[in-house]
Amino acid sequence: MMALSLVPTASWYLVLSAVLFGIGTLGVLVRRNPLVMFMCIELMLNAVNLSFVALARELGDINGQTIVFFVMVVAAAEVVVGLGIIVSIMRNRSTLTADDLAGLKG
Amino acid sequence: MEFFVFVCSALMILVGAVGVIVRKHPVHAALSLVLTLFGVAVLFVAQEAHFLAAVQVIVYAGAIVVLFLFVIMLLGVDRVENLRTEPLSGQRPLAVLASLGLVAVLITAILRGNQIFNERGTGLNLPDAQDGPDANTVQLAESIFSQYVVAFEVTSVLLVIAVVGTVLLTRRTRATAE
Repeated sequence: MMALSLVPTASWYLVLSAVLFGIGTLGVLVRRNPLVMFMCIELMLNAVNLSFVALARELGDINGQTIVFFVMVVAAAEVVVGLGIIVSIMRNRSTLTADDLAGLKG
Repeated sequence: MEFFVFVCSALMILVGAVGVIVRKHPVHAALSLVLTLFGVAVLFVAQEAHFLAAVQVIVYAGAIVVLFLFVIMLLGVDRVENLRTEPLSGQRPLAVLASLGLVAVLITAILRGNQIFNERGTGLNLPDAQDGPDANTVQLAESIFSQYVVAFEVTSVLLVIAVVGTVLLTRRTRATAE
């Protein structure tokens, strides 16, 4: 136990990223504000990035970091499109709740 | 040393992540998200991913959170949300149960799958006297621009499509011409 307690191994990072992913999932399930739900999706993406980087170091493989690079770029594009959709939906509404969007017709 | 770095940034990450989902005010949630993103950037540095740490700070903590704050201000939804009332009765305990189950499954998979990873890569170049101070950036660039150059170009196309699509989405349509 003492040898385990001083140098963080890859498992520590993976467990941390699993917990972060769980918190993000909980946020998406619980919160009803679309912006906060988006932030929780970012939390989940960051958890996955963290595990990719941890495994890249553990396995000595640069491709893990390459994938994280692409995930970041695609996440940026996804945030831009998602916020554009939220802005165009919510422009004429006063409340911002995902439950109000049950119907497709704007 | 790395132990303390890990503990401090793990605390930053978890406090920020919990802050995102419990803060009533969307602006506070966005600022908690910054805390989490910085913690992840610190862990990237601790794991020799220096270029990704810089990109994390610039793209996530810089651009994406500013975009979030911008949209919050633009929509005028920066008011306190009432989190006391549950929209669906019994949803929150079920959600907590589901995420705890997910975390348990993931941690079990991590602990049991520890011995599976046998195949090692060619190694990460660390910044030292032999490889130079920007060894990680050079190695990452070699990977992106040789093996994954097609994916890189497709990503740039994706970015252009995202920009054009967002402009089209948020453009106010004129009711009548002139």
